[in-house]
Amino acid sequence: MMSMQEFFAMGGYAFYVWTSYGLTLLVLLLNIIIPIVQRKQFFRQSLKRKR
Amino acid sequence: MFLVPNAVVRFFHRMASPPHFYVFTECVMPWLIVIFALLSAAGLYGGLYLAPADYQQGDSYRIIYIHVPSAWMSLFIYVAMAITAAIGLIWRIKLAEIIAISSAPIGASFTFIALVTGSLWGKPMWGTWWVWDARLTSELILLFLYLGVIGLYGAIDDKRVASKAIAILALVGVVNIPIIHYSVEWWNTLHQGPTVTKMDKPSIHVSMLIPLLFMALSFKFYYLIALLQRVRIELLRRERNSQWVKTMLLESK
Repeated sequence: MMSMQEFFAMGGYAFYVWTSYGLTLLVLLLNIIIPIVQRKQFFRQSLKRKR
Repeated sequence: MFLVPNAVVRFFHRMASPPHFYVFTECVMPWLIVIFALLSAAGLYGGLYLAPADYQQGDSYRIIYIHVPSAWMSLFIYVAMAITAAIGLIWRIKLAEIIAISSAPIGASFTFIALVTGSLWGKPMWGTWWVWDARLTSELILLFLYLGVIGLYGAIDDKRVASKAIAILALVGVVNIPIIHYSVEWWNTLHQGPTVTKMDKPSIHVSMLIPLLFMALSFKFYYLIALLQRVRIELLRRERNSQWVKTMLLESK
């Protein structure tokens, strides 16, 4: 059974492995968040234009 | 056309109509998210926990579970973008144009991830962050092609004209795709050769291969999710003066 510490240490490559995974998560999240923000903007602006 | 069943033809006709597409994508989205979550959970658990460390590279090789699927996606999305752009160019189908331009930022993201995670893998294994070998250089050119497509589209105000322009650029850039794929065979440098797509048999153990395939599939579903999100907002923008968008805006109040 692997301990938590051992798992996060990644055999001494923790920096390289976790930076890779963290950065990937960040970029993939941004790609989901940006369209949601744009959608809200679109609705806000179009409703304003109507008034 | 007479070879294709009627129901299929009808399905594609409906999908090409923006309001139908908008409603349909809203219905499938929760399912896509569930499938993506299950696949990536299985892939990450298998890759980070169950799979053994590599006998040469130790645990650093675990970067493969995002590096390789991202690199595959960077090529897959480029081809998808070029094909839909060509369909838009030839048949002037608005939805195809929108799928093409919406793919570009997602493809650029995966190219960026492939380059950066490759760099983070190269440092401990090769002793350098970057080397101007054929694989890395052609992948960098792919990133510039994506950025060129995004920039060109933004620079032209008439989006129908902009779609024609990026279609030409995307199609010319297709020449880079086989170069990236075969670069590790044509020019033997630091980047390791293919381990999975070898025709005879993959030189990677099953316990390492299965999580990799899970991750590759989960990234495909991620692409679908991110793509549909972007397509929907681009559809609204282009169709803002049409009746169905106006009705929806009224109902949202």
